[in-house]
Amino acid sequence: MRGVTTTLPARSTGAVVRDALAVSLAVGVSGVAFGATATASGFSVAQTCALSLFVCTGASQFALVGSVASGGSPVAAVAGALLLGARNTFYGVRLADLLKPRPMLRPVAAHMVIDETTAVALAQPDRRSARVGFTATAIALYTAWNLTTLAGAVGAGLIGDTAAYGLDAAVPAAFLALLWPRLAEGRDQRRTGLVAVVIALAATPLLAPGVPVLLALLAIPAVVLAARTRRAR
Amino acid sequence: MGSLSGWVMIAVTAAGCYALKLAGLSVPAHWLEHPALRRFAALAPVALLAALTAVQTFGHDQALTIDARAAGVAAAAVALLLRAPFLVVVIAAAAVTAGLRLLTG
Repeated sequence: MRGVTTTLPARSTGAVVRDALAVSLAVGVSGVAFGATATASGFSVAQTCALSLFVCTGASQFALVGSVASGGSPVAAVAGALLLGARNTFYGVRLADLLKPRPMLRPVAAHMVIDETTAVALAQPDRRSARVGFTATAIALYTAWNLTTLAGAVGAGLIGDTAAYGLDAAVPAAFLALLWPRLAEGRDQRRTGLVAVVIALAATPLLAPGVPVLLALLAIPAVVLAARTRRAR
Repeated sequence: MGSLSGWVMIAVTAAGCYALKLAGLSVPAHWLEHPALRRFAALAPVALLAALTAVQTFGHDQALTIDARAAGVAAAAVALLLRAPFLVVVIAAAAVTAGLRLLTG
């Protein structure tokens, strides 16, 4: 299994769970922002909570309520949300190989195949700690995300603007920290990450939200082909 | 949100997003025996998460900006280079960003 061999030291369950809790805290708090945004966009408290309980992928949820708020048609709003949800399919393919979940557990685990659980699982050195990381993040994040969504929906004004606490920087910082061991691991990973960043940023002003991140997948054939060309020379 | 159309929209989004997640997790194991697909699957989360991190750091709707978030993520990168623990990295990013916003109003 590439990428989860024994190049990194094994980690204790406690250390993995600490990572999971830290991510859930940093990301979970943005549920407040989602709850507040959704109710301000005309969704009821019950509808807002249903989105966090059953859609449970933050970017898609924000896209849906944002599109409705700006007067977009329901079809366009749903399409935008699904476009953003499409990256979870690619996470799922990786996690199927990384976690090898039992078929019975798959339908439950699938609900939590998202950015945060993938990032934590990916950051672990072996399958056992990847499973612990995925499960701990899934439970902690689902709890935090739904509780903070409710808090934001019923009492948006009480907590204030989460940007004042720098939480909008904590989220990308958490993803960077979780990617770090993968980037340190090999040249192909580093090159893929770098090219992906360039593609996504270049495409951001030009394409609908969600598309630039998916387009960044083109970094993989680019890096693989470049490596092959170098070897052939 | 007009209650019926609102609930229909929520149900379709929930079903669609769940199907997208389950589809990935359910790929037959033998597909991943193919070296090219296995390689793509291994690198896909790296590409997606790196792109997501960049967009969350520099994106503002559809524009690119360098603001207090970039300073926070830069602080996180420094903390990572110094081998700081995960929680310290995340707190450094939030603290630098919040501090800058406090200073610059």
